[in-house]
Order: sequence, then C-alpha cells, then structure tokens
Amino acid sequence: MAILKLTVNGQAQEVDVPESWYLADVLRQKLGLTGTKIGCNEAECGICTVLVDGVPVVSCVYPALKANGRVVETIEGLVSQPANRDHQSNGHWSIDNIHQYRPTRLDSLHPLQREFVRHGAVQCGFCIPGLIMTAKALIAENPQPDDHAIHVALKDTYCRCAGYPAIKNAIKSAAAVMRGEEPLPVTVPQSKEPLQVVGTLVNRPEAIAKVTGEAIFTDDINLPGQLVGRTLRAAHPHARIVAIDTSRAEALPGVHAVLTSKDIPGRINHGLVYYDWPALAHGKVRFLGDPVAVVAADTAEIAAAALELISVTYEPLPVVDGPEAALTPDAPIVHEDWETGNLLKHIKVRHNDIEQGFAEADLIVERTYQTATTEHAFLEPECAIGVPAGFDADHPKLTIYVGSQIPYADRNQVAACLNLPDSDVRIVSPLVGGGFGGKEDIAGQVHVALLAEKTGRPVKMLYRRDESLLFHPKRHATIIRMKVGAKRDGRLTAVQAELYGDGGAYASLSDKVMTRATTHATGPYITPHAKIDCYVCYTNNPPSGAFRGFGVTQSAFAVEQTMDILAQELGLDRLEFRRRNAMRVGETTATGQLLRESVGLPETLDTIAEQLARDDNQALLKSDRPHLVRAWGIASSYKNTGLGGGAPDKSAALVEVYADGTAEVRTSAAEIGQGLVTVLAQITAEELGLPYGQVKVLLSDTDLTPDGGPTTASRQTYVTGNAARVAAGLMRQTLSSVVAERLDVPPGSIRFEEGLIRANGDQIPFGQAVAWLKAEGREPSVYHEYMAPKTQPLGTGGDMHFAFSFATQAALVEVDLETGEVHVLKVIAVNDVGKAVNPVGLQGQAEGGVMMGLGNALTEAFIVENGIPFTNVLARYKMPSIKHTPEIVSIIVEQPTADGPYGAKGVGELSSIPTTPAICNAIYNACGVRVYSLPVDQDKLLLALKNGRDACY
Amino acid sequence: MALWTTYYQPATVAEGLALLAHHEGAARVVSGGTDLLLEMQQGHKPPVAALVDVTSIAEMGTIGEQDGRIQLGAAVTHTHIVKSELLVQRATCLVESCGVIGGPQVRNVATLGGNVAHALPAADGTTALVVLDAEVEVAASSGRSWHSILSLFQGPGKSAVDHSRELITRFRFQSTGFGEGTAFKRIMRPQGVALPILACAVWLKIGPGRSVTNGQSLDTAVQPIIDDVRICIGPVKPTPCRALAAEAALRGRTLTAALDDCVTAARAEFVPRTSKHRATAEYRLEMIEVLLRRSLPLALQRAVTGTAVPEGVGLQ
Repeated sequence: MAILKLTVNGQAQEVDVPESWYLADVLRQKLGLTGTKIGCNEAECGICTVLVDGVPVVSCVYPALKANGRVVETIEGLVSQPANRDHQSNGHWSIDNIHQYRPTRLDSLHPLQREFVRHGAVQCGFCIPGLIMTAKALIAENPQPDDHAIHVALKDTYCRCAGYPAIKNAIKSAAAVMRGEEPLPVTVPQSKEPLQVVGTLVNRPEAIAKVTGEAIFTDDINLPGQLVGRTLRAAHPHARIVAIDTSRAEALPGVHAVLTSKDIPGRINHGLVYYDWPALAHGKVRFLGDPVAVVAADTAEIAAAALELISVTYEPLPVVDGPEAALTPDAPIVHEDWETGNLLKHIKVRHNDIEQGFAEADLIVERTYQTATTEHAFLEPECAIGVPAGFDADHPKLTIYVGSQIPYADRNQVAACLNLPDSDVRIVSPLVGGGFGGKEDIAGQVHVALLAEKTGRPVKMLYRRDESLLFHPKRHATIIRMKVGAKRDGRLTAVQAELYGDGGAYASLSDKVMTRATTHATGPYITPHAKIDCYVCYTNNPPSGAFRGFGVTQSAFAVEQTMDILAQELGLDRLEFRRRNAMRVGETTATGQLLRESVGLPETLDTIAEQLARDDNQALLKSDRPHLVRAWGIASSYKNTGLGGGAPDKSAALVEVYADGTAEVRTSAAEIGQGLVTVLAQITAEELGLPYGQVKVLLSDTDLTPDGGPTTASRQTYVTGNAARVAAGLMRQTLSSVVAERLDVPPGSIRFEEGLIRANGDQIPFGQAVAWLKAEGREPSVYHEYMAPKTQPLGTGGDMHFAFSFATQAALVEVDLETGEVHVLKVIAVNDVGKAVNPVGLQGQAEGGVMMGLGNALTEAFIVENGIPFTNVLARYKMPSIKHTPEIVSIIVEQPTADGPYGAKGVGELSSIPTTPAICNAIYNACGVRVYSLPVDQDKLLLALKNGRDACY
Repeated sequence: MALWTTYYQPATVAEGLALLAHHEGAARVVSGGTDLLLEMQQGHKPPVAALVDVTSIAEMGTIGEQDGRIQLGAAVTHTHIVKSELLVQRATCLVESCGVIGGPQVRNVATLGGNVAHALPAADGTTALVVLDAEVEVAASSGRSWHSILSLFQGPGKSAVDHSRELITRFRFQSTGFGEGTAFKRIMRPQGVALPILACAVWLKIGPGRSVTNGQSLDTAVQPIIDDVRICIGPVKPTPCRALAAEAALRGRTLTAALDDCVTAARAEFVPRTSKHRATAEYRLEMIEVLLRRSLPLALQRAVTGTAVPEGVGLQ
C-alpha cells in the first residue's frame, strides 16, 4: 500500500492504495467516481479516458501512483452542481428508482454535456464520459476543431452505438459555445407530419445522467459485504469432464463458495429456444467459454487464485470447427441427445415450382458467398450482481441486478435453475451499455444467484473483456450459395439458395436467426419461384445468436451482390433492375404473405435515384490521384418488425397519473441506446396531452414494471410503444369521463392540451382531474397488455410478420489500386420507418447502423481456429472508429403501417443491413473485383487486382 | 495476483539504477507502460516484484539540439515528439512514425524509449531512428555508454538491454540538415492486430543536380544526385534492419533514374514472411515497392525544398 496524493476535480485527495492499482480503480473504488467507465482494460476502447494535468490518458492502464501530485479531471468535475436528475444523485439511488428517468433541463451542464444531449450524440451512454473528456482536452488545445482534428483526437475513443456524426456536431457546437458563439442548430429532420410530441425533436430523458457520469450501470452498484464472483471456463473446446476437484480452492482463505453443476438445485440448462445450455458444464464442455465452476471470494485476487486451484480432469474430444465439418458423416457429435446430430435445424422455404422458375429464366447466375463471425463488442462488459433473499429491507427476495435485454426471461431462467417460483426472483436492470442482441442470453445471472444464495452475501460478477469476447453468442458465420434466374427484361423468375450457418456450441437463438436469413434470402423482391434451404449446425465454436440484423445481414450480402451481377449481365441499370422487382403492395412474398400496406421500398429506390442524380454526388466520383478510384454502390433490404413466425408478440405497460400533473409509464423493456425511454415518454405525453417533461419512465424491474418482452427484432417502439399508447389512451378516457361529470360537459368536447384539460371554455390543470379521479376512489393507473397482430409459422402460408421496414443505401467508396485499401467516403441511407416517432433517436440508429454495417464490411472478423478464438482481446477485434466515419445522409420515408403506433415500424436493425452489400457493390464498380467473402481483405483485393482476377474469396 | 508489488518513481538515473540493483533482477523498468503492462496483464510477461518508472527522471524528458546533433530523452512521450517544432523540421520521419502509434491517449504516455526497449521489428519509432542512424545511451551500474541502435536488437521482443538492471536514457542523432530529407510511411490492416503490415522510413542526402535521361527522350528537369541514403523497412527480418541493396542502387544517381532499380533491389533482398491474420508474404512484397515509391520522392522533395510538413500524423 502507498499513500497517493492527487487533486481530483479541484479537490485534494489523499488515499491509501495498493501499489498495483490503476487510476481507474482509485477513481471508481476509492473515490466513488463511477462516471469513469471501464470497457476493455487493455487501452483499446478509450472510454475510461480522464485528464491528468489536462492531458487525456486511458485510466484503466495508468498506474495509480503515476498520478501522484497531479491534477485529475473526470466527467463528474465538468458540472459545478449535480444535474437535476429526478431521483437522487449517484450513491443515493434506491432500488425502486434505479432505472427511472424524467426529461429535465440542460441549464446547469457544461457546454460539451449540453451539446452532446441536444445533438443526439448520447445513445447507450457508456462511452460518453470518455468521449466528453477527450473532447474537452481537444477544445482546450484547439478552440475551433474541424472534422480532421476531431478524427485525430477521438480516433481511439470508441462508441459502439457509433453516433459519430452526432458526436462531431456536438463537439463543434460545444466549441462554438465555449468561444462565446451560438450553438450549432440540431440538423436532424423531424417527421413529415409531427404531432404534439411524437415526431418532434426532443432530448433523451436519461441523457443528462449519462453526460454527467451519474448514470448507473450494473458495475456502478456496490452493496455491503459484496463478494467477487469469477468463473472457471473450459480448458478445451470439446472434452469430456472426467473429474472436478474443488477442495483446494474451497480451502483457500477468503473463498466463500465454489460451485459446480452438482450445486444447481433446479434445471441445469438454460436457453432462449431450447434448454441445451448448461449453466455450469456437466458431463462435457462444448466450447472454450463453457463455465465449469464458479467461485465467490473476498477479493478479485483471491477469486483468481481460487480458479487456479480447481483441478478439472478432461478427456479431450475432436473439435467440430464449422458447419460443413459438422455435417460430415464421421463428425464428432456436439450434443449426443439431439435427434438430428449436429444439424441443429433445417429451415426450408418452398414457393411454387423452382424448376419452372429456372426454365423461364433467360439468365441464371450462381455464386457462393461467405460471411464472418462477428462480435457485438458492446462497450459495457457483462456484469451481474446477485443479492440473497432477505439480505436487507430492499432485498426481501433473491434479486439480480443485470443490464439485460430480456428481464422477464432472465427471471424465468434464474428461477428454473434455482428451483424457485418466478415470483421469488426479482430482476432489476440498470442502464445497459450497449446490447445489439448480445445481452439476450444468460451470462452471469444464474451464477450470481447461486453464489449469493450459497454465501448469504451479495456477489458481483463482472466479465473481463477477454471473457466477454469468449463467452457470449456472436453473429453466425455463414456460407450462402445463390442461384437466381431472371428474364431478359430483368424480372426475377427464381431464387434458389442454400445457407450453412455456424450455430456454435449451443442453440441460443440460432433457429430464429437463421430462419430470418432464410426467409429474407429472396431480398425485398417479388420472387415467383423459390426454394431455400438453410442448415444451421452445432459446432465447438462460441455459440451464435442474436446480433442486430438477425441473419438478414448475412443473406443481404449475398442477395444484393447477386442482384448487381444480374443487372450488369442483363445490361440494366441497377436501380431500375431493383425497381422492376421491388416488393410492393398487393404482391405476395415467397413465404406466402400478401403485402397489404406499408411497403416503402419503391420510394426508397426513387429517393436514392434522385440523390445520385445530383451534381454534387456525381462530382464526388472524381479523385485527385490516379491510383485512387471511386464509385457508388447501392443495396436494398427489408427487415421484419417483431418476433413473427407464429410467436405471440405482446407487451404490457402501466401508465399512472399523479395529482401534481405528471404521469409515469412503466414497463420491462430495455433501453440499450436505441431511445426507448424517449419513445415511451413521447407517446404517453402525446396521449395524455402533457408536456414531454411531465412524463417519467420506469424500466426493467420485474417487481415494479410489467413484461415488455424481449428487446429484439426491432420491436419495442411498435409493441411496447403500442402498449403505452393504449394504456395512456384509456387513462385519458377515464379522466375525460371524470371531468365530463364534474364540469357537466359531454366527454366528446374535452381536449387534453399542454397539461391542461379544456372543455367549453373551461380549463383545469391535468393534476386537478387526477385529484378528482382519486377522490372518487378510482385507480389512477391503467395497465394494458398489447397483443400485436397474429402471425403464422414459416411453411403455413399467411402472414409470417406483422410489418416490414424497407431501406436502400448508396455508398461511395474509394479503392487504392496500389494497396487494396478501401475507404468509404459517403453513405446515403434511406429508411422506411412508417413514422419517425423520435427523430433524434432515429438519426442515431440510422447513422450507427451504417457504421456497424461498415464495420461488418471492412474491419470486423471474430476469428476462431479449431475452437480457439484468435480474436481474444479487443486489440485483435477492430470496430469502426470515428476516423472511419463517412459523410452520412439519413433520409426518412414514412409509409405508415396500420397497427403500428402512429404508423411506426422498426428501424434498429434495418439501418445496418444494406451498408455491407452497398460497399461491396461499390468496390466492384470502382475496381472490377467482386468480394465474395467478408470482411473485405485489402491483401486479397490487391492480389486479385495484380493478378487480373475479378473476384476475391 | 498483483502484477507488481512496488511502484517506484525515481528522480534521477542513479536512483533508478540503485533501485534496480536493490531488487537484483526482480524489478523492471517501465515508462509509459502501454505495452509492458498489457503484456503482463495478458500473461505474456511474468509479474515482477517492482516497477521502476523512469518518467520522473528530468534528464530523460528533454528534447534538445546542439552543434547539429539532436539529443532526446528516452522518456519523451510520442505526443511531445509530434509537437516538437525542432523534430518536425529536423527529424520529420520520427514525427511521422511517432504520430501514428496508437491513439492520442496512448501517445500521451508512451515513450520513445519504451518503443525501442520493446524491440519489435516493425516498431514505428524504431524504424525512424534506424534511418536517422541514432545512437542509444544505456546506463548501467558500471556507467553509461552509447550504442548504435541496430546493435540493441537480438530478436522479436528481445533487447540487448537488460531491463531489470539497465536503463535506456537518451537518443542522439544528426539533425536533418541542408540537402537532407526524411520520410516515414506505413501500411496498416483495418482488421485485428495493431501492428503495421509494413513500415518504411528513409533518409537521404542530395548533391548537385544533373539532367535526367528518361527512356529515349531527354527530360529537361534537373534532378539532384542522391549522395547518400538510408532505408529501413520492417518487419522483414526478426530485428529492424537496413535495406542495404536498395540503398546501394540509389547512391550516386538521381531518384528518377534509380527508383526502379532500388525497388527491384529491395524486392530481391528481402523475403517477407506471411504473418497469420496480418499479411501474406506476397502482399508485403508489393508493399515494399509501394512504400518506397511513396516515401523516397517525399524525402527527396523535402531535401530539395528544405522544409517538411509531416504527413499522416494522428490518423492511420
């Protein structure tokens, strides 16, 4: 231990710290300054940036003692007074309001904080403190930073929601304010037909907590007596467990529990579709991330030492390293009890007569494509805290704090493993630092529950970045064979496809994800005949599961390049070719769904055509050097909203009104950066005629908020938005009847406007009506369970989905003919979203989607060799940084869907899907080499160019 | 288990050496720590009893020039180098190489001494120091001595300096003078591995000009003769090295006349290897040519004009 003296945010501090600590440890653990977040512990993501003597450093690898005598600034030091968050500030939150937000004013904030909120630069919020601190140092050095200066300064401070354009606007705007000038206007387009609140530009309610560092993510919570939980993972990707000896670990002083599968009192397996995933391995291990044992100890060091003392005897088995290997006759079997061996599922689409389709074709194109496994890389690693039943007054029942995409599913799975009724478990979700589909499955939830119950103390399990990379389900790697026929005039006659998906060791959502890949393998086109087969397999790789795009990302890469090849071979314009085949109202999809409404694809194509015809976009094609060639590429896509396929898709919300003229909406649905808090506040305000700032939102607590279902499938605005809309509408009706009676006016004459209720010249405050309601002894709240329109399983015909969203993107790329390097210069993204409920959030989704698609095309590959990940640290898995950010033009198309709230349908996934194929089509157009395998590899691209080949694999 | 038990911040070289001696090989020198601490954390290097942080040693944190020779402390940060007007003009390739290492937060603490100590064959700063013909001062209990930079490398990650007993204290090299120019370029892979596919630094000195014969026709432009040149390309061998054949092809000739021969010589003298998930040998060979064709004309232009604006700093 040593004494560390330093000044933090203007206050002299003297702390006694272990000499091996880092500055981030001191800030978070000794000083309670949890605004500084830790994303990787390897100086890669930059989000832990603080200023030391004014200079940005990554605090996660900055030895604490190096800061001796220095001046440290953190996010908490930016604002002179605590932000006016509705509940108390950091350290004084209570379990009942941990995830409650209310739109508040921005007055007391530092210009950077304020402009980040105004410009919509805040999404999940986990990276924001680091970005703001980095930007603060930039502006101090350069009061008028341009794009280049911002790219240089923030190059290694990542935002996985990737709202980089908004971040740049926010920094420029803050710099202007700090120079004494006016802030820059917010340039986000609003809905074409805005309502009172819906469709207008509003600030994200929880953004203020996120820019001040007060926002609470799971690792920011610490409870008295809390132990550290750690997991022992498999030593082999595939092996039989012969014996486990935990005795030496149990004997280590400071160790409070060591648990293996035999300590699970209930169901050992969990799973979102099939219960095939052991919470703790028993019998065998199937991938390197399999948990074999868990420990709870006084400190992280003791927990790590305990893991070393657990002895596991394995009998290694041959490794199944991919879907093709999985299907060979002599392949080792991953799950012995699965009826179809390593074939997890064969998914089929049959539509009319494929032979006839090809017979009618004038041209048939056949190609094979390959996509890589990719990683969500949400910046907040998985963290869960278990608190045993009866621990204190706040925790009468077993409670799990976890940033989750599906709180009620977590509750059900934890309860089943612990052999408890669901009602004996409470899941409380603090904020979620990014999800993208990667926080749907069980990670540490069951483990902390078991350890907490065993030890009688709270247990926190925070995954290290390498553990997160190893463990959670990824995007499926696929091989996709396409055979597509078309008439000379460009009309498609047949689509035949064969897809092989690497499901990894456990089913997770493979079944659903690859079903989506299969049904969307026609692209958003009218396909008279189709035959599509998908084989998703068990392997010994990390499991594959949900990841933004949900299978459609993969098939769109294959489909959209094939469409360009067909158009080229037929001598047709690529947009015109797509227009001729575009899905439109009145047509039927290959799964037999009649499209009755809300098909915005033709409009997105027309919009892109107009954009590309503009002189300024054509002028961009000229490069100033001969070895740099440029071209535009386009791609269209569609994506379902909601679960579909016959799954009942419902969500419940509760709206309560108060005599102080406010309302609160409650539901268990995840805010993972997409803007759900905003959407729910807007909808509730709209329906009750309240100012936006008068609505609070409480999310994701299974004891306080009803089940909003999974935050997946781009469904929350539609499904939970509808639940809130109906609940608030019913509340308005109830209040109308109360007011009508009191004022003796017909209910039909009553209007709810700006917090007032008006009727026949009278007006009363909203709160007065609530007081009257309560005086009558009636409930001031309405619970509504919304059930989305019924869907049908694949293969039965009819509506497989209740809504589809459509998009077309154009990407301008530059290829360096000497090095094979590819840069994306501009992307025009046109999204048909039905209705832009929250245009600021929508912009974030549109821009972030483009960046994620860009990463999928150019930078990201999770590499696994014989079951062992090579990309085991973030330094080996590159996601797009601000330096990759092209100019992004986001254009909204609003073709309303009848049952969506105000016409809205999903966009979160849609926005990322067309980017990859648009970039790859552009690469071909620029240099004549078609990329059949992701990610684009400059090495292969250059060698193809050098050797005169027109393809790289 | 803690990666180190004690963290020292000596104020002088003597104090630093005494601390190392006290621990008898169980302590290790650390500077910015952006490589070392991660390697320890990820288990590539074992934990140590003590770390001796040299960044508080005043003489190791200065940049200066005397009699045409630049001297800089080993604990000078990459940011300090990039912002040094002296180095921008008089050691441009060093600024360009230090300007592309990591991100700004890393450059704010990572030091040039640490870069050299790490002994990687593709280390950016090291590559530039090689063409500047830098010497490195090593302080040991027996005293201080200067060594040619290339003599310090024994293999990938293996330095001739014993970091548990000795300190790299300073670098010195001739300031890029009249008629001299330098440049640094590298090629990165957008996926994975933060190390460059290939890095290339050049230094050259020109003599009086002469007319250039370009094929059959006489080019009327007058191009200077390259009197001397140093080229470092990495990684092509286990340690940083000079491209001697490529250099020889240029000496005494104009760049226009000799560039093709230089490229041919460089392609012939190295057999780059394939690094899995980083680059193929074939691609690296192509990049040797691209980097030479991009960096040599830039260095020549700087030599001719006597001014230099660093390229690529901060973004690559």
